[in-house]
Amino acid sequence: MSVQTWTYILVVLTFALYIGIAIWSRAGSTKEFYIAGGGVSPFANGMATAADWMSAASFISMAGIIAFAGYDGAVFLMGWTGGYVLLALLLAPYLRKFGKFTVPDFIGDRYYSKTARSVAVLCALLVSFTYVAGQMRGVGIVFSRFLEVDINTGVVIGMIIVLFYAVLGGMKGITYTQVAQYCVLIFAFMVPAIFISIQMTGNPIPQIGFGSVMTDVSEMYLLDKLDGLSTELGFEAYTDGSKSTLDVFTITLALMAGTAGLPHVIVRFFTVKRVKDARKSAGYALLLIAILYTTAPAVAAFAKTNLIESVQDKKYEELPTWFKNREDTALLGWVDKNKDGKVQYYNGHVVKGNKNKPIFDKKQRGRYGERIITNVDTETKNELFVDRDIMVLANPEIANLPNWIIALVAAGGLAAALSTAAGLLLVISSSVSHDLIKKMIKPTISEKQELVAARLSSVVAVCIAGYFGINPPGFVAAVVALAFGLAAASFFPAIVLGIFYKKMNKQGAITGMLVGIIVMLAYMMKYKLGWFDKEVPFPDEWWFGISPEGFGAIAMMINFVVSLLICQFTSEPPIEVQEIVEKIRIPGDEREVSLH
Amino acid sequence: MSNPENNTKTYWKTNVKYLTILLTIWFVGSYGAGILFRNFLDQVRIGGFKLGFWFAQQGSIYLFVILIFVYVKLMNRLDKKYGYDKD
Repeated sequence: MSVQTWTYILVVLTFALYIGIAIWSRAGSTKEFYIAGGGVSPFANGMATAADWMSAASFISMAGIIAFAGYDGAVFLMGWTGGYVLLALLLAPYLRKFGKFTVPDFIGDRYYSKTARSVAVLCALLVSFTYVAGQMRGVGIVFSRFLEVDINTGVVIGMIIVLFYAVLGGMKGITYTQVAQYCVLIFAFMVPAIFISIQMTGNPIPQIGFGSVMTDVSEMYLLDKLDGLSTELGFEAYTDGSKSTLDVFTITLALMAGTAGLPHVIVRFFTVKRVKDARKSAGYALLLIAILYTTAPAVAAFAKTNLIESVQDKKYEELPTWFKNREDTALLGWVDKNKDGKVQYYNGHVVKGNKNKPIFDKKQRGRYGERIITNVDTETKNELFVDRDIMVLANPEIANLPNWIIALVAAGGLAAALSTAAGLLLVISSSVSHDLIKKMIKPTISEKQELVAARLSSVVAVCIAGYFGINPPGFVAAVVALAFGLAAASFFPAIVLGIFYKKMNKQGAITGMLVGIIVMLAYMMKYKLGWFDKEVPFPDEWWFGISPEGFGAIAMMINFVVSLLICQFTSEPPIEVQEIVEKIRIPGDEREVSLH
Repeated sequence: MSNPENNTKTYWKTNVKYLTILLTIWFVGSYGAGILFRNFLDQVRIGGFKLGFWFAQQGSIYLFVILIFVYVKLMNRLDKKYGYDKD
């Protein structure tokens, strides 16, 4: 059977599975809708958290980003895993004991103030919306890559699927579909990785193959070979990287604290039964995430070496078919700058303008049958355009794997994109129906009405996210990367201080959150989006060389300092609140914790 | 269980002690070995890996997983000791 047929079969099967689970596990109460009834087993919650966490970007793009960043890719690897240690040790158990539905719930009660709650709702919506817009676009891109439909059609299909199980099932439906989605995505990621590891190093475990001797005639260590190839082509050595130590440090810290502060991650720990389950569940989640995150850098190194070796100085006519297939989908592009009919890959842009992506001539083909690129940069030697996504997408073909595995990667990519989008939409809808409507605007509504409100707000949220997916505003791509910075600058300090510093008061926490998020937004607008200048300022203007991505770490520290300072000069929190803090510090029944 | 007030205090103190130790290891294993002292550690090799690079792209992640499960173990034992393991 062809790849196309296999892809349709697997995608339809997995979608049927997700919808079946959603119907079986539909939510009947607000508790089920917001936190899946609070009785999810730690392992199931770990799987759901892992699927929620690993987006289309982790699945498709991360290995590619690492392949081009080399050592610097570690910021994502450490940053997006190390945050779980903070979650498990500093946040999850206490928030579970607190036992409410949302993050603004905690902030609002702990800081005994509607203002604090509103600020938290605002931050939650800001972080989640920017993140989900990128995810919906991701869903569209995945559909277009695999099913050869238009990106916008893909967004709409994705919207309908997510709408169906998020609206019907709420957190309960989402949790159990995410369990299934984790299985699909991890299987789809690992199978090609294992095969390619065997092919290149003879070792079936990619994490070990990564540091092994290659099976080819050279008998060199894979990483030494890759270092050599990289410097030969004018790049930094693969294992060296090019970012400054301070920048690597701050980006990693911003991503870690951001991970621990993301509402859609935190809320997952409200779904387990007991405090000890929350700790254990964070452990399972990280273990399951680590399987992909320790494989990705290996895939990156394999794919980069493989790509350079299969194309460098090879005649275009003799290139393997996967090269030409991927040229058709614009993931690769070649222009024969020195007219020798061979591919030469060097450090430097191939094309200019259009965000350094090639614009292909729609009709004409070149001398050798290659697609013609119209925006060639003639000043550089580099002849090969490589889209980073190819490192995962084309891997099965490069490794000559059977068609059903190629189709499996498609199903895996879709699972990754859908699970993350659904988790985020739930946070948005509960922020609106629970935090805004129930807790602030109209506290008198019945549970039934609140459930209807929750469902309606998720419909609205899906539509808005879909709209941004189809018409992405220019800043979305930039902001998604910075959602972590925003979460680190706002929630992380407020929650940690709320648990570990009994005397922390509302004045300190509110000012801290506001200052943190404003400083972060301002730095981002100036140095990432260039709103205050004619163009985006150059990296050498960054404060102390800290990139906007890494600035979240600084904004977080500013939040901590401001909160603590203000707190010293304002009144202590009421005795009841201090008693709540005492209570969330010890495990036990959540019903002990109450203000009312 | 003669003095519950005192019990909660020592329970929390022990918890904070565990946190401090584990987070120090967390910091040293990732920010230390993978970032700050990477160039120094890169002089050592295990197989094809330079040690600093290995910590940055592999070792730190394994360490994170281990740290959480160690904490789970320690806290389960502590909960039992103070009688917080019953529902």
